[in-house]
Parts: sequence; structure tokens; C-alpha cells
Amino acid sequence: MNQTATTEQSGTGAQLELVDVVKQYPGQKNPAVGGLSLTVELGETVMFVGPSGCGKTTSLKMINRLIEPDSGRILIDGEDITAHDPTRLRRSIGYVIQGGGLLPHMTVADNVGLVPGLLSWDRDRTAGRVDELLDMVGLDPKVYRDRFPKELSGGQQQRVGVARGLAADPPVVLMDEPFGAVDPITRQRLQDELMSIQEELRKTIVCVTHDIDEAIKLGDRILILREGARIAQYDTPETVLASPADDFVADFIGSGSKLKQLTLQRVGELELSRPQTCRVGEPVAEVVSRVEAAGERSVVVLDERSRPREWLFLRTLAQHRTVPAPDHALQTVVDHRSTLSDALDAMLVSSHGGAMVTGSRDRYLGVISYDTVTAHIQGQQKEAL
Amino acid sequence: MVQFIDARWTDILFQSYQHFSLVVQSLLLATVVAVALAALVTSREGLAPVANTVSAVGLTIPSFALLGLLLPLVGIGAVPAVLLVTFYAALPVLRNTVVGLQGVDAGLVEAARGQGMSDAAVFWRVRLPLAWPVVMTGVRVSAQMSMGVAAIAAYALGPGLGTYIFTGLAQAGGANALNSALVGTVGIVLLALVLDAVLVLLSRLTTPEGITV
Ligand SMILES: Nc1ncnc2c1ncn2[C@@H]1O[C@H](COP(=O)(O)OP(=O)(O)OP(=O)(O)O)[C@@H](O)[C@H]1O
Ligand SMILES: [Mg+2]
Repeated sequence: MNQTATTEQSGTGAQLELVDVVKQYPGQKNPAVGGLSLTVELGETVMFVGPSGCGKTTSLKMINRLIEPDSGRILIDGEDITAHDPTRLRRSIGYVIQGGGLLPHMTVADNVGLVPGLLSWDRDRTAGRVDELLDMVGLDPKVYRDRFPKELSGGQQQRVGVARGLAADPPVVLMDEPFGAVDPITRQRLQDELMSIQEELRKTIVCVTHDIDEAIKLGDRILILREGARIAQYDTPETVLASPADDFVADFIGSGSKLKQLTLQRVGELELSRPQTCRVGEPVAEVVSRVEAAGERSVVVLDERSRPREWLFLRTLAQHRTVPAPDHALQTVVDHRSTLSDALDAMLVSSHGGAMVTGSRDRYLGVISYDTVTAHIQGQQKEAL
Repeated sequence: MVQFIDARWTDILFQSYQHFSLVVQSLLLATVVAVALAALVTSREGLAPVANTVSAVGLTIPSFALLGLLLPLVGIGAVPAVLLVTFYAALPVLRNTVVGLQGVDAGLVEAARGQGMSDAAVFWRVRLPLAWPVVMTGVRVSAQMSMGVAAIAAYALGPGLGTYIFTGLAQAGGANALNSALVGTVGIVLLALVLDAVLVLLSRLTTPEGITV
């Protein structure tokens, strides 16, 4: 979209290394972080999980020097982060916190353009970058650019927070429970968006969460910590689920770990069914005869841009002459990158025993049915036996 | 009464102007000093309560007493007047600015630092703007108080409407004593109302858009 912004995008992360990092708060008996060593490979997403107070936030904030470690070293691409002053360091590390942490007296554009501004980018370049990022996190720049944070919903504020963290194209991005303050449906959307952003940008992301499902879904690796930020296990989600290192980890990922496999699989990996579709404005009589000829009782309504708008039973449709444009937002749609567990959630509110699946630009791909998902799970369980 | 005013209206206007100008200049000076002090005080652990105590105790010193202490040091005229008014005006602004700065969400300040804002940038672009409505409330309180204090300053031959009050007091029982005191008092009240209106407007104009309710 913006020439300068895109050409300067490195598009890659940086390697991050912690060596025996220790932090003890004054007046505390045990260190909050007692010797954490860890390597995060370039372009990977690592999720920090662990019980409350185990030192996740403290570990994270030492990476951008909001907290100074007592001892140990932290290296980004091999360079010690204490080599430069902390203010400059922080401009090269994205920082996203719960709720967004937006400055209430600045517009959305000023919030997102904060770090580019600190780096003295020129106005046009910053403006272009701001629009590009708002677009990326699913907010129409024309609508939202000039709003103040109080004029946004919680989920939208969080999106702006993510955009701000990515604005100056930092190789490393730190996130502290970024989606902890939003409702489950919004959280799922934000997670999906972050995954698609990451697919494109390949940043090195360190993300703290208390939600093990989120960790499994988003992480290339999961770091499970116990008290004092001691590593219980550091591995891929698949390995952590399949072979937890010890009882602590097994307890932590919970008993439903077979079901947790659902958060590892994407809707797009399963076969979609394709019930009859119709367009908004089509004569109902034609639609009914077509659907009945196919031996079906319901039909998916698409709009002029092939986005699914509704999934109707023929008897509901029969009350109209032409297919009406629905006036409410749809609950039972999932992205093809959504996890099976997200899809099951969406199906719960559907009266058709399935969810509509969309591809890029929200275009309709088909329908995933409850039966497909359960058959898939049963198949996997048989395999495992 | 009408006669009294009619005979002196140029002088009354002139003294009103002097009074207003003394208050506004002292208020400006006081605000700058108080905000600087508040910035200093809130940047160090444990200093803020000291500042609050100082401003509380300071306000209990009678202005006449302070004037008595100032006169031998700086003589009579405009200098002790400005010093006196500035001293009292600074106290409410100091207290409010400290409270305002402390009231800014620590999480927000940390978020701003986490983006790479320097301490100075955090102060000027985050903490002060967010504390600003509270600071302005302090300025309004100061403005009202300064109007009265400035009248006392006339005792040291400073300018202002206080002259009429002191003339009235000195000639108590005399023909124009009441008229003189009334002109001084009513004039000060009117000036105070005008200044407050100006400050309310100023406060609206300078409060960042995103934090107005
Ligand atoms: N500023 C501080 N002063 C003293 N102790 C602190 C401070 N911040 C955190 N701690 C302590 O250090 C330990 C680790 O805190 P930290 O915030 O890193 O935990 P966390 O893993 O992020 O927890 P949560 O999941 O609840 O956010 C806790 O025992 C906490 O009480
Ligand atoms: Mg935490």
C-alpha cells in the first residue's frame, strides 16, 4: 500500500537469547525470576504460560528493560541489550499489553504512529504506515483513524494496541496477555488475525498468556514456567500435549488434553460440505425449487461479494418473495484458519449443526458440520489406541 | 456613591487593571513554578507527601504576616506584591498538580515508556496532559484566592484595588470611607468573576479532546 513502508519492511524477526537471568524484588524472600535461560529462534512465536505470580511478566519486561535484571544477560541477534540506552532499545521492540494501553488523549492514528513519530519518520510515511496497519488489524482507517480510544470497543482498542506494537516494524514483539480483557468470540477473532499477520511478517514474538488453549493455538513453542520462572517444559505444542515433561505440566495442560488437539487443527484441514447457496435479491420461488430438487431443506445466503450472510431453512424463506438481506451480524461463521475448537464453539449457536467457513476476504468456502468434526476426532482416537 | 465613582472612574479602572494584571502575572509565574516543583516532587519516592504538607501549612500563614516578613527584605512596591501573590497562588496549583500527576494510571505511563518514550516525553506528552484538568482546577482556586491576597499587597504600596479598601479603613467614619471600601471590595469580586470565566474557557480549550467527558 505504502511504497516506503513496504520496501523497508525487513519482514523477519531476530534471535532472542536469555542467559541465566535473575530478578529479585526488594523485600521478597525468593527471586521472581531465578535464573532463566532461553533461546527464541528467529521468527518464532513463544508463549509463556504458568501459574499466577510465577514470573512471566517480570521475565517479559526484562527484555525491553522496563525491569532491569539483577544478573544474567539478554541478547538480541547476539548483541547485549544493555549496549544501548533503554529508550532506544524499546523503540525497536514492539510492546502490546492487556487492554491495549492506549493513550486516551491521542487519536487512534497518533497512538499507532507513536513509535514512528519517536523515530522521526516523516509525516506521509507515518500516515501511510498507520493506515496500512489499521487495515491489517481489521479496522477501516477512514472510519477509525481520527477516533479517540474511548470511542472504541474493548476489542477494537486491543486491535489498535496490536497495530501500535507493530508500527515501526520491530523484529521482536512482546505481548503481555494481549487478549485477556476481551470476550471469547472477540478473542478468537483477534487470535486468528494475529496468526495471519504473523504468517506474513514472521516476527519473533514473546507472548504471555494464562490461557493454555491460546498458547497451544498461537505458539510455535510453549514455555511452561513454575514458581520463580523455572522452566517446566519448553517445546512445541504437539510435544507438550503428547508427552508432558512431568505431573506439573500434565496438570497444567489439563485432563482434556486429547480434546486440546482440537486447538492444533484448523478448519481448513477438514473436508467441507457444500449445501445449496443463493444470492440476496434472488426470487424465492426459484431458490426453493432448486434446493428441493437437490433434496435439501436449508440454503446459505451470500451477498454480492460472496460473503455468507445467513443460513436459512426453506420454510423461513417461504415468507418472502425475494431473498431478503439479513439485518443482523452472523454468529456461525469461522475463518478457514480457525481451530476445530473455535468451530465447535460457533456450531453451538447454530440450528443447522454446522458452521459456515470463509476464506480470504471473508469469501464463502463451504460448511463444516458437527458430524465431520466428531468423526475426525473419533478417527484420531482410534489411531492413538 | 454614584458621585464617588463618577469623580474617580479613571482611577478605578486603572487600579482594576493593575489589580487584574498583578493577579494574572503572579498566577502565571506561580503555575510555572508549581508545575516544575510537582514534576520534581513526583519523580522521587516519598517527596509528594512533603509537598502536600508544605502547601497545607503554607496556606495557614496569614498574608499580612508574610507581607510583614517580606517588606524588610525587598522593600515596598511591586516586587513584594508579586512575591506575596505568587507564593499563595503556587500552593493550590502545587497540591493539585501533585495529585493530578499521581492520579495518572501507572500502567499507562509504563505502556508509554514501553513504546520508547523518554522520561521528558512521558512527562510532557502523557502525564501533564492527563493531569491537566486537575491542574486547571488548582489554577482556578488560586485565581480566586489571589484576588484577595492582591488586595493585601496594596498595603505595601503595591498597585490594585486594595488601595481603596485601605483608604476606607484608614478614614473609618469619614465621609467617603464606606464608598471607598465598597468600590474596592465589589471591584475585586467582579474581577474575580471575570477571571474565573476566562479560566473556565481556557481550561476547556487546553484540555485534550480525548479525555473530556
Ligand atoms: N514491583 C514488584 N515489587 C515486588 N514484588 C513484585 C513486583 N512485581 C511482581 N512482584 C512479585 O514477583 C512475582 C512474579 O510476578 P509477575 O508479575 O512476573 O508474575 P506473573 O507470572 O506475570 O503473574 P500473573 O499471571 O498473575 O500476571 C510475584 O510473586 C509478584 O508478587
Ligand atoms: Mg503478569
